[in-house]
Amino acid sequence: MASVSFRNATRTYPGSTKPAVDNLNLEVADGEFLVLVGPSGCGKSTSLRMLAGLEEVNGGGIYIGDREVTDVPPKDRDIAMVFQNYALYPHMTVAENMGFALKIAGVSKEERAERVLDAAKLLDLEPYLNRKPKALSGGQRQRVAMGRAIVRKPQVFLMDEPLSNLDAKLRVQTRTQIASLQRRLGVTTVYVTHDQVEAMTMGDRVAVLKDGVLQQVDTPRTLYDRPANVFVAGFIGSPAMNLVQLPIVDGGVQFGDAVLPISSDILSKASTKRVTVGIRPEKLSVENQGLVVDVDVVEELGSDGFLYGRAQLDGTEQNVVVRVDAINHPKAGDRIHLLADASSVHVFDAETGLRLN
Amino acid sequence: MTLNITTATAEPALLDLPWQLPLEDWPAENIAALPKGLSRHTVRFAHLEDHVVAIKETLFDLAKREYDMLRRLEKLDVPCVEPFAIINNREDVNGEPLPAVLITRHLKFSLPYRAMWSQGLREQTANRLVDALALLLVRVHLVGFFWGDVSLSNTLFRRDAGRFAAYLVDAETGQLYDSRLSNGQRENDLEIARVNIAGELMDLLASGKAVDIDPNAVSQRIVDKYHELWKELTAVEVFDASERWRISRRVKRLNDLGFDIEELSMVADAEGHTVKIQPKVVDAGHHARRLLLLTGLDVEENQARRLLNDIDSYKLANARVGADEEVLAHEWLSNVYEPVITAIPAPYTGRLEPAEIFHEVLEHRWYKSENEGKDIPLIDAVRSYVNEVLATRRDEEALIAPTTESITFAEPIPSGTIVVDEDEEGDWRDKV
Repeated sequence: MASVSFRNATRTYPGSTKPAVDNLNLEVADGEFLVLVGPSGCGKSTSLRMLAGLEEVNGGGIYIGDREVTDVPPKDRDIAMVFQNYALYPHMTVAENMGFALKIAGVSKEERAERVLDAAKLLDLEPYLNRKPKALSGGQRQRVAMGRAIVRKPQVFLMDEPLSNLDAKLRVQTRTQIASLQRRLGVTTVYVTHDQVEAMTMGDRVAVLKDGVLQQVDTPRTLYDRPANVFVAGFIGSPAMNLVQLPIVDGGVQFGDAVLPISSDILSKASTKRVTVGIRPEKLSVENQGLVVDVDVVEELGSDGFLYGRAQLDGTEQNVVVRVDAINHPKAGDRIHLLADASSVHVFDAETGLRLN
Repeated sequence: MTLNITTATAEPALLDLPWQLPLEDWPAENIAALPKGLSRHTVRFAHLEDHVVAIKETLFDLAKREYDMLRRLEKLDVPCVEPFAIINNREDVNGEPLPAVLITRHLKFSLPYRAMWSQGLREQTANRLVDALALLLVRVHLVGFFWGDVSLSNTLFRRDAGRFAAYLVDAETGQLYDSRLSNGQRENDLEIARVNIAGELMDLLASGKAVDIDPNAVSQRIVDKYHELWKELTAVEVFDASERWRISRRVKRLNDLGFDIEELSMVADAEGHTVKIQPKVVDAGHHARRLLLLTGLDVEENQARRLLNDIDSYKLANARVGADEEVLAHEWLSNVYEPVITAIPAPYTGRLEPAEIFHEVLEHRWYKSENEGKDIPLIDAVRSYVNEVLATRRDEEALIAPTTESITFAEPIPSGTIVVDEDEEGDWRDKV
């Protein structure tokens, strides 16, 4: 097992002036489950392919453990791409299916048996080692396929959107299985997804990328509670955080007919007379004063609900989402006032987008 | 919801297939039992008017992606199956949703690798399949396609005058890049190919269908063949300015391998002492294109090579003033090729492709002549070939057997159900 480091790693595609991955610095600790997430074109898959050796690195370097692998061919990097191929061979037993790649790699029979047994124990497949795949359930077959990767004892597992070909229900199920298996194995894992919910539920830490640039890497909790900039604030969380530009006034920022108190220490750092304020839907409440919002629709989700409405800010219309009680909530067409919990608002520079508080 | 069909060719008969049933439950009358490779998805073959289509159940997004990918590959002249339609919004009789399907046309006279083994395949045949796959892999890499799941199962093979021509079947995992593939991407595809081929051959050995095959050696062969070919097609060659004949030698060598050079970079150093050449754009199908121009016959590369050789012999024997190559090629077509093909009795025309039959007739005549110590007239050779060889062959136009079901998994058992003990005999350690 080993750590993984990207050190100023840069990839620029031929004919392009803008790097697909720009000066990436990222340390993945030994045994850690790190998720790369971001919208399409953000560079997450390119980063993973750089680590896998599938993509040339034009600047900087990549390390697995202490070893620089920047120019090492993929098969010599001691990594395993999981789920790339999970065809099982019908005439071979589960044990053979899991161990055949070791056979061609010249691993001795005793060692093959040992590694297959170890993997089978981890995957709860020990009772089935002498069976053909047709006598297995779908989930067991998938685990056999995973076993193929595990017996190789790679230092790092790489997964590129491994759940994209599953339907929604199976995706949630498999997500949990992968995360718990990774924790049992303790193998360093780098996982790519475009789905922030997947990222937040699976990763020890999550790296958010945009336009080839790493925006923030931290635990899911910190990403949610202290996003480093406006992009991360808007990307992480579902429904997304409300982001509004508000004028700085005495004692805070103007929020409709109320003043949202924000310390002057924070506001003094702003480069303009306005700041971008981020408020999670659960941190807004319906009150008698504050920001005026026209309610469009309320989604009732059983335990609670989400109110979607519009506010007028500086003459432009802005969408607003609020978490409300599932039963006692305003109705579509109502005009309401909202106040924010001042202790949990996020303040960003209106120009640079960087966090100020 | 209404059934949603996306297709490039309007084919009303598509509506008649039982889309309200899961593919596994389709009635026999709709199913064409063709052999196929191993697949993660349910794949079945169905009759549609006068042709056969392959139907794969999958997610709509994946079907759409693969459909578009196959169309792009087709435009890039990559040998691959022809995408035909995508169908989504399927529902069963109770209104429950069914998976989307991707439909591709069955490639006539194509064979999955497993069908060769049912005929008792030898290592030599395995090697030829791998050679064909190596060539296909080079071709897809040249256009910037990273396959991601290279295997014998994801390939179909057509006989090609003693060799095979490979076609890409499954583009699900592939990525098409605008720029050249990196060495890492190419090496990764090769490594995937090597492991998959070894696994597929081990499975054949385990099934008892193949004997005498060394999965290690055969799978290593794709790596060697690929590198050999890649080097020939892309390597930089530097030589003394006085050795300009090397340029035409390189062109000739690529032609022999079946490639035309579309663009060659040639750089002389400042002093004019050395010249550096490198093929930039190469195009497969050198012989096939030439034959098509001369005769209008559209055949595989090695078949074309064979036919062109026969045209050359014909030219030598029939050369006369005023008869140029085109004229003689047309004469050959009507005096040699067509009489052989039309001499094949109708019940046997589905056994092999016409060009393959012609190739086999030539082979047969050669063996016969050698045995009898004299030249056998072509028409006699055809007659004896039909009776002694073709009559014993199976129909390969749309091969039936082994059936699809015999090599696909039955439905997986739902998680949680108790499976009766189905252990194989002996200790698993003996086989691992």
